[in-house]
Amino acid sequence: MTERLEVRKTYKLYIGGAFPRSESGRSYEVTDARGRFLANAAKASRKDARDAVVAARKAYGGWSGATAYNRGQVLYRVAEVMEGRRSQFVDEVAAGEGLTRPRAEKAVDGAIDRWVWYAGWADKIAQVTGSTNPVAGPYFDFSVPEPTGVVAVLAPQSSSLLGLISVLAPVVVSGNTAVVVASEERPLPAITLGEALATSDVPDGVINLLTGRTAEIAPWLASHMDVNAVDLVGVTGDDEVARTLEVDAAENLKRVVRPPAAEPDWTAEPGLDRLTAYLETKTVWHPVGI
Amino acid sequence: MATFEYAPAPESRAIVDIASSYGLFVDGEFIDPADGTPFKTVNPATEEVLAEVSAAGPEDVDRAVRAARRAYTRVWSKMSGRDRGKYLFRIARIIQERSRELAVLESIDNGKPIRESRDVDVPLVAAHFFYYAGWADKLRYAGFGSDPKPHGVAGQVIPWNFPLLMLAWKIAPALAAGNTVVLKPAETTPLTALLFAQICQQADLPRGVVNIVTGAGETGRTLVEHPDVDKVAFTGSTEVGKQIARSIAGTPKKVTLELGGKAANIVFDDAPLDQAVEGIVNGIFFNQGHVCCAGSRLLVQESVADDLMARLKRRLRTLRVGDPLDKNTDIGAINSAEQLARIRELSEIGEAEGAERWSPPCELPDRGYWFPPTVFTGVSQAHRIAREEIFGPVLSVLTFRTPAEAVEKANNTPYGLSAGVWTDKGSRILWMAQQLRAGVVWANTFNRFDPTSPFGGYKESGYGREGGRHGLGAYLSSDGAA
Repeated sequence: MTERLEVRKTYKLYIGGAFPRSESGRSYEVTDARGRFLANAAKASRKDARDAVVAARKAYGGWSGATAYNRGQVLYRVAEVMEGRRSQFVDEVAAGEGLTRPRAEKAVDGAIDRWVWYAGWADKIAQVTGSTNPVAGPYFDFSVPEPTGVVAVLAPQSSSLLGLISVLAPVVVSGNTAVVVASEERPLPAITLGEALATSDVPDGVINLLTGRTAEIAPWLASHMDVNAVDLVGVTGDDEVARTLEVDAAENLKRVVRPPAAEPDWTAEPGLDRLTAYLETKTVWHPVGI
Repeated sequence: MATFEYAPAPESRAIVDIASSYGLFVDGEFIDPADGTPFKTVNPATEEVLAEVSAAGPEDVDRAVRAARRAYTRVWSKMSGRDRGKYLFRIARIIQERSRELAVLESIDNGKPIRESRDVDVPLVAAHFFYYAGWADKLRYAGFGSDPKPHGVAGQVIPWNFPLLMLAWKIAPALAAGNTVVLKPAETTPLTALLFAQICQQADLPRGVVNIVTGAGETGRTLVEHPDVDKVAFTGSTEVGKQIARSIAGTPKKVTLELGGKAANIVFDDAPLDQAVEGIVNGIFFNQGHVCCAGSRLLVQESVADDLMARLKRRLRTLRVGDPLDKNTDIGAINSAEQLARIRELSEIGEAEGAERWSPPCELPDRGYWFPPTVFTGVSQAHRIAREEIFGPVLSVLTFRTPAEAVEKANNTPYGLSAGVWTDKGSRILWMAQQLRAGVVWANTFNRFDPTSPFGGYKESGYGREGGRHGLGAYLSSDGAA
């Protein structure tokens, strides 16, 4: 019996709900942990990054305006679709990160469970971080969290799926939209995630995924005047690049999540710091009277 | 229309005792600067020199930061929250005891009407210290984990528009959370901060917990960039806010920025117009319009624009501009010659760009820095007076037809600090409040402040909140379990 020749997949970008190649026509070789060829991934350009920001901005009104219950349902659905692709994710994580199959399974299970954890926050975070404020006067005064807008995420370089989801889910659960630059050397799980997103109920443009050289794409996002926040965890360990990006981000006072000293242990329960980093607090006053 | 004649009713300034010169407040005492240079602070209503103050140099700033670090390590971080709170309660009480003195001094150094310094600024200052005093021994219930930690030494730089109130917004939460501070008051308004230093002495606050270094922008920059400062808090212009964000890039410093604004005050055709007029006046002429959240863009629904403008102009004719210490005064002096020049320049640009300028007849004093309440009509969104923060008593009026257009125009700015909405319709208020990209929305009111109420901006109006539980969070690191 002859072995069947497999049908390989073309890995592309995920922008505005579509899977384009890079407009630059460029690609780069992705290998497994031992250096063996896995695929050619699209090498996103400045224009791809800008297109992704446009898509994210376009999606922002609808996504931030959706009910929290609806966002929670949509994100839970992503976990369901990911579960169906579990073995594909395991293959890609095992190959890219050089993990044994059991360890890759643990990472993928952790990633799916993290989506579920964050999905549940959609209709709870406002009660934890919002307040009514007992002002000294005849006013009703309350504060509510709102999403900050379009968030650029430089995904972690090592943990290609669990790390990615640990930084992406806290962005979108509260109503922000995202432009993600995937792990440079391990981008394949991110693109497969895009396929899961495209077949779930996440509206087009809410999550946009770019593959390519982080150092090339990041400055365009950090300096983009229609991006409201940036997560620099993807340049962990490269202090000078991180500093330059933070300087770029100051041009329109983006909210900046600085990289930690070393890539964190993504298996630990995340806490609320990442979720609240992309929230604004809005305070509303109204007189009380007859 | 009849105008009322008022006899002058000046508040006595005998209650304040201004020294001819002041040192820096470092490590619990007033010291002569090591490498600072003297400068003068003037009464903007008279141009009279009030005192000579020192612009702290790098060595002075370093001394202050070292004093704050010592106080943090040896005393303040080890003290129980209960005792930290008790010091803050003491400070709040002394502020109340010396409230008239503080109000008069604030009006003399800043130019704001005594009615505002006495009834708004100083009571809010005391309230802020009371509010945060009570948090000091309750930090683990604040929602930042079971054992939240202070950052360490906070470097705080504040503006001249609410000198003492901004000091309270900065120092009270910092100390309650267990940080020590080095605060730089604005160049033109250092005196109430220096009086606050004496209040710290009266309260027996441990030395070095609060340090006050006077000076201009260079002193502020030195403080913000000092390597041993863990947390930076700044209120001021967006331009300087961006410089600070750049200068601390790549450091572990935490930062909160409360910056400029260009707030829309939106009046719908069903609004109670007389109340709206009061809100518009309060929105832009409170504190001479030297307010980051001032309602500097009035958006009026077209169908009531003529009616509203007639009422507004009638009301503006009754405003009294003059001596800040006169209890009848509504609008005081512009804080500095520099600020007056900026207001004049932008107003001239407004005229040159084709907007129609109007001011009520009003006599301005011969000496000092004054600008009459001014309204521009026929303003388009492209005009600089509709885009740039003027920070003075200048209102730009635009019109709209639909709620969607009002939202579009209101949000068409890089700023996002505050907004006002005037309508009788509840559902529209809540819809507008959702749509406006601003940190504070005042509905059927304007320019309300309270220590329990989080305040701060979206977009280029800065990040972080001051006031309330949220403001406490800016001075704490969660322990990860939050």
